[in-house]
Amino acid sequence: MDVRFVTTIRRGNAPFGNYSVARVTDASTRRLDQVLLLMFQMAGILLRFRPSVIVSTGAAPGVIAIWLGRLIGARTIWIDSIANSEKVSLSARLVAGQAHVRLTQWPHLAEQDDDLGYIGAVL
Amino acid sequence: MILLAVGTQLPFDRLVRAMDDWARVNGRSDVVAQIGSSTYRPHTLKAFSFLEPDAFQALQSEASLHVSHAGMGSILQAMEHGKPIIVMPRDFSRGEHRNDHQMATARRFYGTPGVHVAITDEDLRTLLSDVGRLGGGQPIPSVAPRAMTDALRRLILD
Repeated sequence: MDVRFVTTIRRGNAPFGNYSVARVTDASTRRLDQVLLLMFQMAGILLRFRPSVIVSTGAAPGVIAIWLGRLIGARTIWIDSIANSEKVSLSARLVAGQAHVRLTQWPHLAEQDDDLGYIGAVL
Repeated sequence: MILLAVGTQLPFDRLVRAMDDWARVNGRSDVVAQIGSSTYRPHTLKAFSFLEPDAFQALQSEASLHVSHAGMGSILQAMEHGKPIIVMPRDFSRGEHRNDHQMATARRFYGTPGVHVAITDEDLRTLLSDVGRLGGGQPIPSVAPRAMTDALRRLILD
């Protein structure tokens, strides 16, 4: 199975394996110009790579990847950061109803929301 | 060597300034800092707005102490290296982040071996006054627990 990592970090390395890494701009939701650039970059990556599954760990690039990924028929999985222990992130709320699977790393948050799953935490 | 990192997305002038003041007063010329978009210009810290991932990882290994904002990535990386880390949460009321989730993160790590929480500048100075005695914890694995990755694999292949 081929894997492509997408990151906002300049010269980021794949966390494992010899897979290629694409870079996108970071975007604040208050900067429409950044959001549009990010959408173009992500659309280019998705159209070239044609992923069958998209797994995101969050933030604006993940939201865009999941929205656009639905358009190309990808299965989409959202894993919210373990940092969000009191409520899920804004970006997790933005992919509600879009991502096929949404996971929190906190059992008490999964209990409060039927649409949130829990399979454990990184720590 | 001490490594200070405040992330690359938002400034954290309060922590950068406090570390710079401490390094100057104590004659520490061995503090390397990744200060992101912070606007305060350090005098004593060896400061970079951004360090390439390879260089940053080498510094993480070399440092005897990490100091950072209460970002989960920073804390997990220090724990993976088994290094002591001082974390200062960004304060929403001071405009240091978009919400107060770093306070919650910092509170969660009270009492975790190797993780030393500083809420205020005074807390930070107290921890740094005995810097040689800040111990690290046992290194943690750099991958998630097997049960979680197995469950994720099933969701991916579903």
